Amino acid sequence: MNRLFPSTSGAQGFAGVARMAVVVLVGAVVLAVASLLPESSPLHVSAFTVSLAGKYLSYAMLALAVDLVWGFAGILTLGHAAFFALGGYAMGMYLMREIGARGVYGNASLPDFMIFLSWTKLPWYWWGSGHFLWACLLVLAVPGVLAGVFGWLAFRSRVSGVYLSIMTQALTYALMLAFFQNGFGFGGNNGLTDFKDILGADLHSPVTRAVLLVITGVVLALALMLSRFVVAGRFGNLLVAVRDAESRTRFLGYRPEQVKLLIWVFSAMLAGVGGALYVTQVGIINPGEFAPANSIESVIWVAVGGRGTLSGAVLGAVLVNMGKTVFTAWLPEFWLYGLGLLFLVTTLFLPKGLWGCLNPPPVRRQKTSRPRFPARKEMRHECAKTSGNA
Amino acid sequence: MRSFVRFCLVAAFCVGAAFAAPRCARADVFAGLASGQFDTVAQAITELAVSGSPQAGAVLGALEQHQLFFTPDGGLFLRDGEAYIDARTGQPVATSPEGLAAVRLNNRVRKALAGARAGMDLFSADRAARLHAATTLYERHDPAALPVLQQALSAEKDAAIHKELALAHAATILAQPPADDQLAARIQAVAALRATGGLEARGILAGVGANESENAQVRKAAQEAVASINWRLRAWSIGQNAFYGLSYGSVLLLAATGLAITFGVMGVINMAHGELVMIGAYVTWLVQQGVRSAAPALEPVSLLLAIPVAFCVCGGLGVLIERGLIRFLYGRPLETLLATWGLSLIMQQAVRSVFGPTNIPVATPGWLTGSFALGGMDITLNRLAILVFAFLVLGTLMCVLRRTPLGLEMRAVTQNRRMAALMGIRTPRVDALAFGLGAGLAGLAGVAVSQIDNVSPNLGQTYIIDSFMVVVFGGVGNLWGTLAAAMTLGMGGKVLEPVIGAVSAKIAILVLVILYIQRNPRGMFPVRGRGVES
Repeated sequence: MNRLFPSTSGAQGFAGVARMAVVVLVGAVVLAVASLLPESSPLHVSAFTVSLAGKYLSYAMLALAVDLVWGFAGILTLGHAAFFALGGYAMGMYLMREIGARGVYGNASLPDFMIFLSWTKLPWYWWGSGHFLWACLLVLAVPGVLAGVFGWLAFRSRVSGVYLSIMTQALTYALMLAFFQNGFGFGGNNGLTDFKDILGADLHSPVTRAVLLVITGVVLALALMLSRFVVAGRFGNLLVAVRDAESRTRFLGYRPEQVKLLIWVFSAMLAGVGGALYVTQVGIINPGEFAPANSIESVIWVAVGGRGTLSGAVLGAVLVNMGKTVFTAWLPEFWLYGLGLLFLVTTLFLPKGLWGCLNPPPVRRQKTSRPRFPARKEMRHECAKTSGNA
Repeated sequence: MRSFVRFCLVAAFCVGAAFAAPRCARADVFAGLASGQFDTVAQAITELAVSGSPQAGAVLGALEQHQLFFTPDGGLFLRDGEAYIDARTGQPVATSPEGLAAVRLNNRVRKALAGARAGMDLFSADRAARLHAATTLYERHDPAALPVLQQALSAEKDAAIHKELALAHAATILAQPPADDQLAARIQAVAALRATGGLEARGILAGVGANESENAQVRKAAQEAVASINWRLRAWSIGQNAFYGLSYGSVLLLAATGLAITFGVMGVINMAHGELVMIGAYVTWLVQQGVRSAAPALEPVSLLLAIPVAFCVCGGLGVLIERGLIRFLYGRPLETLLATWGLSLIMQQAVRSVFGPTNIPVATPGWLTGSFALGGMDITLNRLAILVFAFLVLGTLMCVLRRTPLGLEMRAVTQNRRMAALMGIRTPRVDALAFGLGAGLAGLAGVAVSQIDNVSPNLGQTYIIDSFMVVVFGGVGNLWGTLAAAMTLGMGGKVLEPVIGAVSAKIAILVLVILYIQRNPRGMFPVRGRGVES
């Protein structure tokens, strides 16, 4: 591994991130091509594997989003799955409308669950959901606007540390409760599912699935490079400064709340895109995606892969989810033990994550490129505790 | 002599009843009972009491028990075990009659039966029977019962029954057709019903108020009385919701105090706190099982025994967690949060593996079951006990924090860790004990929760987010803040619930707390001073 990804300039250096992007891209294309081979071929992979890979890569988008805010801005979010799910719902609405008259009740303009609730017309917020471009806009706008409002309120009044974490958790919990209600207009318990087409292409055909996987790979690779671009420059320096010494940065004349808000909204949009990709390949989105446990799980992907190393987040998300797939099929009752231990071991023994271990930073210290973890010392405890973003 | 008076009264009542229902006049009431027509049977029941027949009590009793049978030729028989008794003569019959069919009951027949029985029971020697009869007559408020009620009113010695009879009397007066010569009595009756309140009285008064032929004065009084009762009912329902709110708030208080202490002293959020509550509930169950097998005589107090045991078990676990995990993560509060979350998953799964995923039946001792009425409110004993328990725990905790050396050290570390360390306080020891104390409090919460909620491995998850909200809302390092926050959230939720529904109320509370924290990032009672940054 170490030779495969030699790092020249720190954990999230350009070369490392670019290599990860290439690996993601190549992996997606190879799997997609292999799934199109005839079934007799020894290299053939099943449709199930393709949709699993698509799921992992969508989760990797979420992990990347979490890494941006946690690794670089020091905001421990326990509610990022909310943005992921909102993006998924935005895309799900379009896919619902694509079903058209092929639903159980055969109504061309209303999704089945609305007829079941004996609604006669679409609620106003479903306006435009029949258009793919509008759906794409919503995928970015809904998480972006929610994150913007929440972040503007929270960062402006300097809510930070554990308080902010609990607030994000409350946010996703409140959304989960709301989406569980039938009257909310998003299918209640069952969520949105039973999709048929996307842009006229059959969602169940192997070609569509292969194309979707490739698209996911491309989007993830682009997101990696874009994130690297965001955190590498002057803005990235500012982010790390806010993470490590918020008050000091403020005294130097910067506006930490604006810096945090920008990265927060960007990250929420990335998560939304991840959710949209997820729903096309998994074929269902329901309120369970908002569960606080999901958000915390996405944090552990980042911790396992390596906090503050963009590639590490992708690696962590894919590895942990593969482990989950294997484990839950093999020893279902031990998965929670495994996940719990993963939390303990990572926080205790792997503070830099897998990527940090595999790619030790160069001897020459680069302030912008390395997350700083305070040493375990009584004297540091006080300052780290009160600044709350260690 | 007394029995004769009673007989006369009952007869009078029944004559009145017969008079009020002009469709009767049937020579043989037994034939009416044997007719198989519900309406005719209902008439006959009333007539049977009029007849003064010595068989009346036995026949009505048999009818209630579905032991009264009739034959197509008009015969009427009571079944007594295997044997049959002729209802007309009271003599057993030698051979069981042909073509027997049970006299069936419908609601109309049951009502007639209840009225007839109540009239007879008003003079029973059994206090409960008299009370029941009075209540029945109040609910039926049949004008025919007026004379018997008046006589019973003057004879009754028991205050509670007398009160009920007076109500029944008032309701019966109002049920009579309006007549001007009874104006004073009717106004008095309206006042009596207004004083008692309740849905029944409101129904009667609303009927009087809407009656066109009623005297204007009485109508006005009745309408005012309905408004007054409505207002009182609403006030009581607010009181009831406030009690539910207090009860939920006290549960939150128990669950959140431990969390608040660890957060205040160490600056870490213990995500495994909910699981410690769950373990406290399981310890309660284990103690109950142990007491049941070892000393069954102590079973009623096993819940009290569980309190110290749960505190010690969870407290010990807490110290273990602090020594084995938390202290390696000093200065990294957010990673502590992740590590304790991992721990909570493991604890949940471990309990699931050992005790199974289903609910376990934690017994509620007899002295905690049931409820009593406080005015128009229904106060359940277990919820009241939890309320008292929560305040006892809070009081004890405040004493510990203010009066003991450990409390002094904990407060010092909360206010300024570094300074406390420099003054010679062993902060690691204080951390361990504070964490143990917090975990022990979680155990106590578990004992309380086991009395009102399902005990399953998922128990902790139900309370954890609300407890976080309480801690964050209340502010750190101040138990009064925790108390105020727990009660505000508990009451707020329950007061909003009837207005916008349970789930929406929960969402509204979450959103309100999120918005409140934006205004006051350190909660309602923030710690101030030089030890606090920003």
